[in-house]
Parts: sequence; C-alpha cells; structure tokens
Amino acid sequence: MTDTIRSHGAPARGPSAAAAVTTGSANALMRLTDPPMRAVQRLIGALRMPYVFLLPNLVFFGLFVFLPIGINIVFSVTGGTALFPSERPYVGAEHYARLLDCGSYLEAASCREDLFWRGVGNTLTFTVFQMVAMVLFSLVTALVLNRPIRGRGFFRAVYFFPVLLSPVVVALIWKWILQRDGLLNAVLTTAGGEKILFFVDPGWAMFWAVFVSVWAHMGFYTLILLAGLQAIPRDVYEAAEMDGTRPWRVFHRITLPLLWPNLLVVLVLVLIRSVQVFDEVFVLTGGGPGTATMMVVQYIYTTAFANQVQNFGLAGAASVLLGAVLFVLTLIQLFLTRRRAS
Amino acid sequence: MTGKLRTGKLSRLLLARRGGASWHWTDVASYAYLALGVLLMFGPVAWLALSSFKTPAALLEFPPSLLPMAQSEVSVQGYPQPLPLFRVTMEDGSVRELAQVRRVGIVAQMVDPKEPGQTIRVPADRRTPVRHMALAVENYTDPLTQFDFLRFLRNSLVVTVVATIITLVINSMAAYALSIYEFRGKSLAMLGVIGTLMIPITIILAPVYLVVTKLGFVDSLWAVILPGAATPTGVFLLRQYMLTIPRDLIEAARMDKASEWRIYARIVMPLSMPALAVLAIFSVMWRWNEFLWPLAVLTKTEVHTLPIALNAFQGELQTQWHYLLAMTVVTLLPVALVFAFLQRFITSGIANTGMK
Amino acid sequence: MAGLELRGIRKDYGATAVLKGIDLSIADGEFVVFVGPSGCGKSTLLRVIAGLETVTAGDIHIDGTEVTRLAASDRGLAMVFQSYALYPHMTVHQNMSFALENMGIAKAEISARVDRAARMLRLTDYLQRKPAALSGGQRQRVAIGRAIVRDPKIFLFDEPLSNLDAELRVATRKELAALHAEIGGTMIYVTHDQVEAMTLADRIVVLNGGRIEQIGTPLDLYNRPANLFVAGFIGSPRMNLLPTELVKGEAAGTAATLGIRPEHVEPCQEAEADLTVRIELVEQLGGETFLYTTGPNDVPLTIRCDGQSRLARGDVLPVRFSRDHLHRFDAAGLACRPEPLLARSPS
Ligand SMILES: Nc1ncnc2c1ncn2[C@@H]1O[C@H](COP(=O)(O)OP(=O)(O)OP(=O)(O)O)[C@@H](O)[C@H]1O
Ligand SMILES: [Mg+2]
Repeated sequence: MTDTIRSHGAPARGPSAAAAVTTGSANALMRLTDPPMRAVQRLIGALRMPYVFLLPNLVFFGLFVFLPIGINIVFSVTGGTALFPSERPYVGAEHYARLLDCGSYLEAASCREDLFWRGVGNTLTFTVFQMVAMVLFSLVTALVLNRPIRGRGFFRAVYFFPVLLSPVVVALIWKWILQRDGLLNAVLTTAGGEKILFFVDPGWAMFWAVFVSVWAHMGFYTLILLAGLQAIPRDVYEAAEMDGTRPWRVFHRITLPLLWPNLLVVLVLVLIRSVQVFDEVFVLTGGGPGTATMMVVQYIYTTAFANQVQNFGLAGAASVLLGAVLFVLTLIQLFLTRRRAS
Repeated sequence: MTGKLRTGKLSRLLLARRGGASWHWTDVASYAYLALGVLLMFGPVAWLALSSFKTPAALLEFPPSLLPMAQSEVSVQGYPQPLPLFRVTMEDGSVRELAQVRRVGIVAQMVDPKEPGQTIRVPADRRTPVRHMALAVENYTDPLTQFDFLRFLRNSLVVTVVATIITLVINSMAAYALSIYEFRGKSLAMLGVIGTLMIPITIILAPVYLVVTKLGFVDSLWAVILPGAATPTGVFLLRQYMLTIPRDLIEAARMDKASEWRIYARIVMPLSMPALAVLAIFSVMWRWNEFLWPLAVLTKTEVHTLPIALNAFQGELQTQWHYLLAMTVVTLLPVALVFAFLQRFITSGIANTGMK
Repeated sequence: MAGLELRGIRKDYGATAVLKGIDLSIADGEFVVFVGPSGCGKSTLLRVIAGLETVTAGDIHIDGTEVTRLAASDRGLAMVFQSYALYPHMTVHQNMSFALENMGIAKAEISARVDRAARMLRLTDYLQRKPAALSGGQRQRVAIGRAIVRDPKIFLFDEPLSNLDAELRVATRKELAALHAEIGGTMIYVTHDQVEAMTLADRIVVLNGGRIEQIGTPLDLYNRPANLFVAGFIGSPRMNLLPTELVKGEAAGTAATLGIRPEHVEPCQEAEADLTVRIELVEQLGGETFLYTTGPNDVPLTIRCDGQSRLARGDVLPVRFSRDHLHRFDAAGLACRPEPLLARSPS
C-alpha cells in the first residue's frame, strides 16, 4: 500500500551497523559488476537498459509463476500419473466433472470426491469463524492500544510477536499445551473439571484451529487497524465532545466510519488468507480427527504429493478452482486498496 | 497534551486516562484486557521454554510442575549408585529426609544418609520425592549431536541468507526499472507483477515441482531458494519508495557520466536503504518460516530446513517431546532475537506497507 | 570547452509543442543566458542540450560533432540543477569525485582536482560533510564544484541561484562572473532574473512560447529590442508602451506602439511638454525615484528620476520624451527600423 518511511538521507532509521556492512559488500559487488554492465549499456544503448534490469525478476516470475500456471491448467485436463505434461493423456474436463460431481452440494458424503467437499466445507467454517474472531479481537485490541496507556509499545509488541513465528512453531507450542496431559488439562482438572481430548473431538479441533490462527495473526491486523485509528485526527473527537455526543455514538458515527477503509482491507486480507490456510492447522491437527479440520489446500497437497498415487490432474483442477476464488478476492482487495489510496 | 481543558468523560473513555484524573472503569478494563493479553500471548511461549528444559520423566508428570524439576539424589556410603532422596512422614509424625534403596511393592527400603548402616522400611505412600530445579540441557545438546540438528539449522540459515540476498538484488533491479524509466511494455510488466501477487505458491505446487525437477533442483536447497525469490510484494514496496527519490538526482548522475547500472548501485540503492531493510526483514521472516513448499520439494532428510525437520520429528518422535520442545525453542529463538532488537522498525514497516 | 549549434530544434510532449524550432549558435567560451516567462521552454531547451530529453526534430552539434542521439552521459556536459541535486548519502568530497570516478580517472588526480575546486569555492573545510549539514549557499557551491571538477565542454545552469536569499544571490552572482572569467568555459544559464541575465551574459537569448524572440548582448536587447515582447520583458520597471497611430508615410492610419523607458521620460516646462500626467504613486528608493502616473485616457506611464523627489500623489506633471530613445513598433509588434515618421502622442 502506500508510503513508507521517507528520509533520503543516510538510512537513519535502519540498523546502521548492518547498513555499513551492506554498503561495504555492495561496493565490492560494484567493482565486479560495473564493467560488464557498462559493456552491456554500450552494446544496447541506455534506452534499453530498463529491460536488462527487469530481466532477472521476469525470468523468475516466468519460470516459477507464469509457466506453472500454464502447466497447472494442462495438468487439470490431462490424466495419468506422469509429471511431464507431454506424457499425460488428454482427458478434457474429467477432473472438473469429478470434483463437481455431487448428489447434493450440501452433503459432502454425496459427492464423488467427498474429501474435496469436506475440505471446502471445513475451509468455509474455518473462514467464517476466523474472520469474525480475528476482526473482533484485533479491533478491540487496536482500540485499547490506541488509548494513551502506559507501556503501549510493549503491549503492541506482545500482541505482535507471534506474527513472526513459524507456523510450525506456533502449532507445536499449542499442541504441547493442548495435549492430553498438557497445561490446559492440568488447569481444568485442578479446577475440578475433566480432562478433554481436544484433538479427538471434531468440534474442539476446529475451535483450536481457529483459536491458534487468531492467536498467531491478530497482531498483524491490530497494527493495520491501529495505524488507521491513529490517523483519525484528535480534534474530531474533541468536536464531538463539545457537541455532547455520547461515547457509543461517537464510536458508531465517528470511529467506525473513519476506520472503515482499514477495516475493509483487514476483512479481505483475512478472507484471502483463510481460504489458503494450511500450515498451522496441518501441523496442529494433521487435518483430524478424521477429516474434521482438513482444508482445501491440504486436499490439494495430499492429492498431488502425499497419496500413494500422485494425482496431479485432480490436484491441478482443484487448484484452478481455488485460484479462481483467490483471483476474485484479490481483485476486490486491489479495488479496495486503490480506493483507499485515492 | 492539547486537551487539558477537555478532560471530559468522553475523551477519557475514548482516548485516555489523563494524569491526575481518577481511574475510570474503562481504564481498569483496558489494563485487565492487556494483562490477559500478555498472559495469553507470552504464556504459551514461556511454557514452551520452561518445558524444553524438563527431563522426559518430568514431562510425563501430571499435573505438570511449573518449573523444570528433577528428583534430588545423594551418594550414600556403601551404595555404589547415588540414591533418590525422599521426604518421609514417620509414624510418630516427624518428617525425615531419607534415601531410597529399593522399593518392593507398597513398601520402600530407605536409609538415612547420615547413618548409612541402618535401613528403614517405610510404606511407599508415606514418602514424597525431594526435588530441586534442574535444567535438562541435554534436550538441547543431544539433538545437536545425535540427529544432525546442526545440519537443519545450517540449511535454514543458507536458505534464508541466500534467498534474501537474491530477493533484494533482483527485486530492487525490477523496482528500479519500473520506477525510474519510461519504456515500451512498462505497463505490461506492471500488470505481470500485479498478476503474480494473486498467485500463492499453494495453488501451483505441482507445476512448480515439475519446473524445479526439470531444472534439476529437487532435493537441493536451490529448490527452496529460487521459486520464491522474485516477490511481487517486494517489487511494489521498493518501487513505491524509489518513486519518492527526486528525479534530479538521477539526472545529475547521468550528467556525471554514470552508467545506468552505476546509478542503480551507487545512487538509488543507498537511498532506498530503509525500504531495503524492511524487505530484508520480511524476506528473512518468510524464508525462515516457510513450510508448505519445502515440505513438498525437500524429501531427503539431509536438505530439510528447520520447520520441515520439526514437523518430521513430531511425526517420528511422538514420545520424545523433550527434544521436540528444545528444537522448537531453537527455531523460535533467532526470530525472537531479531524482533527484540528491531521491534519498532518491524512494526512501523508493517504498519506502513500493510504486508507481511 | 566547446561551441554549440542548435538547428531547428522542436520538442513535443504528446500533442503540445514546447519548443517550436530553435536555431542558435553559441561560441566557445561564451556565457549565454536564456530568459523568458515561466513555462516558455527554457528548462526544456537546456535539458535538450544536456541530453536529458530527446528532441522531436532538429539536431544538436557540439564542437562540430553531432550529438543529437547521444545519451546525456556521453555528451561531456555538466549541469547545475535548481535543486542542486546533491547526492544526500555522499560527502561533499564524494559528490564532487563521483563523476571523475565514473570517468575512470586515477585516485590521485581526482583528489587533486577536488581539492583545487574546493579551494576555489571555499569548500575545503566541508569536504567530509554530507549535504544535509550544509547551508543553502554552501550546497549551491558544491553543486557548482561538482560541475567544475569535470572540466566539461559546456556548463549548463538551470536557475542555480533561485533558492538563495537576495543577499546571497548577489554575492554568488559575482562569484559566478569571476568564475567564468577565471576558467573561461562555455556556459549556458537559465534564469528568471533580469539582473542576473544583464550582468552575467555575453549574449542573452529571449524565449517566448517555445520560440526565440531575440538574441543579442544585454545592451543590444536593452537599447534595441526587436519587438514588443522583448521591449516589455527586458528592463525594470518595464518600458512604457503607448498605443498610437501612424500619421505619415505608406502605412499611415495603422495602429502602432510607441515605447519609452521610464528613465527617458523627463519632467519639463509646460511649453515643451509632450504630455501632462497625474501622479498616482511615488516610490522613493533613495538613490532614485519611480513615479507611477496616468496620462490622457488613463494611459499609465512610469517615470524614473535620479535622486529624491518632492512630488506627491495627485500632483500634475508636464513631461517630455527623450527623442533619441523612442522605440517604435508596428502593428505586428516588430520594431520599426529605420524609424518611420511617427505620430503625435496618444490623443
Ligand atoms: N514532461 C512534460 N510533459 C508535458 N509537458 C511538459 C513536460 N515538461 C514540461 N512541459 C511543459 O513544457 C512547457 C515548458 O516547460 P519548461 O520547464 O521548459 O518551462 P520553463 O521555461 O523552464 O519555466 P520555469 O521558468 O517556470 O522553469 C511548460 O508549459 C510545461 O508545462
Ligand atoms: Mg524551468
């Protein structure tokens, strides 16, 4: 989105020691790269140099994004177990038909590829609960952090730091707490309750999948919302106070509307990331119990890689469908951010 | 503070508890919420760290003790092995510390370390172990020696460092081209970058695998390093920043007979340091934590990165939580340290760019 | 050092033509100033010469060699930007040596040249500072120093003094003149400021709407403006332009304009007066006085008198025009030379 830190002096805000090291090695690199690049410029002329600068990145994009998209589409309409497209027989829309072949779309069991539909159902459930919880908690946290409390920086850091953790680490931390003889069950039994086998009960497993995701990522969204809150000028509140507006009404009529653009961005980002969720949930529950927390991406991953028979065609078709959904969501996001920027 | 005169109810509610004013219920609620937050956010990590120092036996205890504890032992004259120490409530109600020789059914044979000659028979339920705090450092050292944990650490380091360098170089080059020049096909290139923004690697896993196979990278670290090196977010972030560099500087450099490459390397790159630093931190974070793609492409154990190794361990070593916990801490530690030092920088970078 | 030749230079941005055919030839060692109203294309012309903009048509020769298609970095010119464009991450020394490094000059030679330029510009004490730690005047001198060390074929300046305060401007202007005398390079200088133009230039090029209105020495332009535009543009306060009508000769009956500079309007006896004016405003500058007056039909007339004046607003004053200093312009605005027999004063 928009503006970063703007100071074109020495990189004062950056870690200066690291910057010094980088400049040092950059200078050495310069001595190495300058003569050949100068020769290139002499050869093709200064006006064509932008293509040279663009080239490496485009090669990477081409090899690892554009080409794979094409291959993926080819995969989705070809069969067999071969990886190389030319060795795969054309099967038309068979994979799509198989994925979409359902007695009733409300009943995963009635579908030919019931695992896919279970994944879709789980992802939907996950997405809905996670969106509500994420927005609610990050909004409340942002509102609280926006008050001039003592140690605001510390508290902001506290909520933020799990964002940086590896999903695997996050999942293991919670797995350790939620296991049968874990901390939570110890607390429960000490309080006179019964042990609960959280990962054996489908409902609990989904609850913790959502909980852990919110735990890990809410700091990020809190930051975005906090930035939005801090951009609301103070005198707006003071004016409202002079008018004798009641607190709830101020929140409803001033804070919320002015924060709305940020809130919208958060909503869409959470949505996009929920639809793609995999890592944390996979390590936390393994998709279980049974298939209770198996998400669409896990379905794609298993179908293509983890199953005995690697079915790239089916996985390809499923990812094309997922890609279509993400495409629409991202368009919405771009539209919203552009509107916010202007 | 400007609003001294207006310490009304509302501003207290929405903004602040000002100095001197008495505590409003919303202040109490705020601090309570934050305290709970600290517990919920820090607690699990602290628990992980504490647990990682427990011996396997201590890990099996239920309910678990808060701190890593181990049973104390004493050497007693006449016994070759050190004996476990217990606190025993005697029949007369007095409490003595005795070492246990052996246990037979519900009766334990104990000996007083001060009078090693005489054994005492005590019902087993009359004794409680004497414990002291003990850090099971071997949880950390064993994996390093036994499971080649250092190799995973090194793999992760190599991937993170090399990938971040490549990302910084090629993304800044592209951003430079897209911010400083006007050229035919520029909007097409921009469109391509935006396009890739929408394609997470999750949905093109198999085809990327194919490409990587064809390039001969499977089961080498390059397979993880290269595919994610060109990031659209990085290009955007840097371009946005480079657009704010005055055009005069570029033209001055041209008048100074600098080649276009030199302008990039000597003028634009140094001036983009703040943005480069933000991207570097992001890239380190992405690479250190990356999971799904390495999981798919790194099948040989020798090339596993930390997250993959951790995941494999939790599959294989269900019972060996003590190692798993310690390795989780090791994985988390670098990130925690980076965060501790660059907290302000990272949060402002993220708040300003809206990416992670 | 070198001469410059522009032939038929045109520059369009999309549909708008900014330069509409510029022909100009500049001799080696000459100091040429471009003046003209804002937006007339001065900067564009300078950037075209520099190679920072491509031309739509026409060609550019430096020292007899065509450079039209050559990139800026290959033309061997140096430019001082209005914003100075100092590299903020480099010290003064690095700023000045950057170009020399780019040219692959040996380290010792670079140091020698930078030191020489720094001495010339009184920058020796600041060589290790970054631009942010310099005053406006010092930055300006660094920008000039960056050009000097290069020993370029031609120096280009785009309003280099416009960011300085009035006093510093005057001082730097004198230094620039001294500098040109000392190093004698070919210099092309864009400015808004008439005094800069008059004092610095060997020749002034007056631009308007993408065309050259007149080229000449400062006094040429002042004494013999080729047209109404130049007449009105050069000189401060502006030349008085009085609408008249030709009464004799072939073109009798057509509209014309009579020009007279404020210093050439003299108060006089009623009997020999050309006009009688009423004073609207008196500006006393101490050494001279400006009288802003209106004549018949409310025609404004500015008068410059030496010394101080006792006249006041509302006074009525008979004035006469110095016959040797009348400028006559025909209906198309071009100067009439030799002067056709002219009219009476406005009626
Ligand atoms: N990149 C561009 N695209 C379109 N029009 C431009 C561009 N650059 C300049 N122009 C137009 O060209 C005309 C001349 O601009 P130029 O900068 O040369 O004026 P100038 O004489 O230097 O004015 P000033 O004295 O205000 O600096 C202006 O009308 C300007 O709007
Ligand atoms: Mg200009």
